[in-house]
Amino acid sequence: MPRPFTPKVVTANALTEGWVIYLTEDDRWTRSLSEAELLTDEAHAELRLIEASARSAEAVGVYLAEMKPGPDGPEPVHFREDFRRAGPSPRAVPLMTEGS
Amino acid sequence: MSILVTDTGFAPDDWTGPVCDLASHTDPAALQIAPDTGLVRIRFPSFADGRGFTLARLLRLRGYAGRLRAAGHVIADQYAMARRAGFDEVEIDAALAARQPEGQWLFRADWRAHDHRARLQAHPGARLGAPLGAGL
Amino acid sequence: MYRYTDFDADFVAERNRQFRQQVARRLDGSLTEDEFKPLRLMNGLYLQLHAYMLRVAIPYGTLNARQMRRLAEIAERWDRGYGHFTTRQNIQFNWPRLRDVPDMLDALAEVGMHAVQTSGNTIRNVTADHLAGAAADEIADPRPVAELIRQWSTDHPEFQFLPRKFKIAITGSPNDRAVTRAHDIGLRLLERDGQTGYEVIVGGGMGRTPMLGQVIRDFLPEADLLPYLEAIVSVWNLLGRRDNKYKARIKITLHEHGIDALRTRVEDRFAELRPAFGGADRAILAALRRDFAPPALAQGRSTRVFETARAADPVFRAWCDSNLAPHRAADHAIVQVSLKAHGAVPGDASAAQMRALADLAERYGHDDLRISHEQNVVLPHVHKADLPQLHAALTAQGLGTANIGRISDIIACPGMDYCALATARSIPVAQEIATRFQALGLEDEIGPLKIKISGCINACGHHHVGHIGILGLDRGGVETYQITLGGDHSETAALGQRIGPGFAADEIVPAVERLVQAYLALRTEPAETFLACYRRLGPEPFKTALYGAGNEARPDAA
Ligand code: HEM
Ligand code: SF4
Repeated sequence: MPRPFTPKVVTANALTEGWVIYLTEDDRWTRSLSEAELLTDEAHAELRLIEASARSAEAVGVYLAEMKPGPDGPEPVHFREDFRRAGPSPRAVPLMTEGS
Repeated sequence: MSILVTDTGFAPDDWTGPVCDLASHTDPAALQIAPDTGLVRIRFPSFADGRGFTLARLLRLRGYAGRLRAAGHVIADQYAMARRAGFDEVEIDAALAARQPEGQWLFRADWRAHDHRARLQAHPGARLGAPLGAGL
Repeated sequence: MYRYTDFDADFVAERNRQFRQQVARRLDGSLTEDEFKPLRLMNGLYLQLHAYMLRVAIPYGTLNARQMRRLAEIAERWDRGYGHFTTRQNIQFNWPRLRDVPDMLDALAEVGMHAVQTSGNTIRNVTADHLAGAAADEIADPRPVAELIRQWSTDHPEFQFLPRKFKIAITGSPNDRAVTRAHDIGLRLLERDGQTGYEVIVGGGMGRTPMLGQVIRDFLPEADLLPYLEAIVSVWNLLGRRDNKYKARIKITLHEHGIDALRTRVEDRFAELRPAFGGADRAILAALRRDFAPPALAQGRSTRVFETARAADPVFRAWCDSNLAPHRAADHAIVQVSLKAHGAVPGDASAAQMRALADLAERYGHDDLRISHEQNVVLPHVHKADLPQLHAALTAQGLGTANIGRISDIIACPGMDYCALATARSIPVAQEIATRFQALGLEDEIGPLKIKISGCINACGHHHVGHIGILGLDRGGVETYQITLGGDHSETAALGQRIGPGFAADEIVPAVERLVQAYLALRTEPAETFLACYRRLGPEPFKTALYGAGNEARPDAA
């Protein structure tokens, strides 16, 4: 039996800034996951991936990332996507401890 | 139609004689070319496959002085490497030439300048920037 | 120290002009992303999890105050005010924008620095002993040769599209601080019958298949160095596997063909290439030796203030005991500045700290700074009389941590906080281990202990050669940490052994604590280090400490 399709979003990094971006339903790139189009149909997801991949002047490394629906839009299933959404853990951005 | 790139830019391929084609996986132990071979053409299946540069260098070291061509997926940014490794010219297809027009290749026609290795390999007093192997 | 010649300056300026054009061509569509990627990588520009990352070379780990200040300026102007020093003697900026990178490279070029070949399938930034030119145990300063190798490998026309990356490290001391056996080529400077030469080691590497290098030539005369290196890379360029990137490194070529077959090919190629080197490299090396001449150290200055401060101030004394290394001049010391304040990100420095280090290097250290593969900064030539003031100034900048070589002096790769390849985080694990052992107050009692953490099997954090290695993995969508024991990065190099199932993120610090408590209970005397104790007893007692008596197999978190 084929596995049921799990929802996805199209994501990439922006060519100019490198920042994490997501594709919206109206074909914009957004930095906010909550605005991303949640793709629940496999064929539609493949199509959106192909369309987004063609936008090579805007995005690099386009792929489908697994998500689940949440009250505030798509929510990451895997911790890697959670990090991509949130940025480095605050302690990993060096607010160097003063003194020692 | 293929396009030939040299230091003076794009030109149609003028070669009509026999060609000795070498694949990038050619065994270096078997790499011996008669000096009177008209044209040796080393294939680049992908620009990321850098074996052709070493094959060219070995051919030159082994005494081949005839015309040497890099053919296939070579990008403009590799033109200087190709020339320094011993190639005389690069053969590309029309699609690549359209995407990377002549100016982008001419940008690296100054391949003799800023050549670290020629400087380190020189025989004291040798002319800097001479093609590799020419100092032998 | 070496300063760029006109040749270097012109080369780097020209290279930056090319990269500026390549960026423009990527933006206008002349270059596809597939074609642009190797070009940006050849210039040190990665695309990471959250942004681009620019990796700048600090060849053989040496830089001067002006260069360090420029790194601070770059961090402030184009990044977010900090940089990350790595195990490969590079600095990484984590937040540059594509269109700013050509300007950043120009700013670097002005002070004789570049990002050339810090990435990509080329010969990478050459690394060396961070105590070079100062260490009491050194045969000769390896940096002139390292600089020669930098010049030879930079922009080498044959070697820009190799099967995979290629790393060279060199040490001038029998006490190997450059991890030479974990590099594609490791060079050990030797003297034999009054002649300088090298032991050439080939085929080491970490990553998913860690291997220690093997000796391919036990004594290579100095004059033959470049043609011999060229022969190795030339042979591998044609012989190395290109069908599978995980099998492309020379360690696999060595493994598949054996050292004898590889040696025969290399020696044959060497015979062929040798005549092409006409001797100019020898003249350049002779000039480089003058460039790296040791600084004029103060003579006859009293060290009494040092002894007095050491006797009077326990904090200063603790710092001296852990952070100083013997200088070849007895009245001087090598100062190792820890970038491992407890709870801070290993290897990170803020722009203010970089500036402070630059000032201090000028005031007390003959304008010489080093970056160690252990992600710390070194001031290699400090008169002992200056140490109390230096220590006070460092402390004021949060740089006075006394923990070099201790359990909190952890190597950690960026892991999933930054790295696109990561399978788990490494930084928070390092932070928690450091703060935990600080709280326990056990660091001095534990003594020398190297913990090294990688966030995936690529092993950028050197976990294979950590006394305790920690590898972060993704097991079914959960961060899981695997422990290896008994690794050694030094001249007695060894790869750590995996001793059991991994630990969840909240279990890894207690697991390390159990290991260390077991060691403290098992050692014969305080002078027996963790590594020595492990070598004497083997893994069993440590397994028991981790998993309980009888090692009853816990279900693997995998
Ligand atoms: C953040 C971006 C980074 C990426 C994408 C990256 C990628 C990689 C990869 C793919 C490998 C495995 C190579 C192989 O086995 O063929 C590797 C190895 C290595 N990297 Fe990194 N790395 C990164 C950061 C770092 C940092 C920050 C350091 C230093 C702290 C570092 C130092 C090393 C070392 C020492 C090795 C192992 C030695 C070897 O076998 O080559 N890397 N890296
Ligand atoms: S070990 Fe893995 S996670 Fe860490 S920096 Fe290297 S590639 Fe990234």
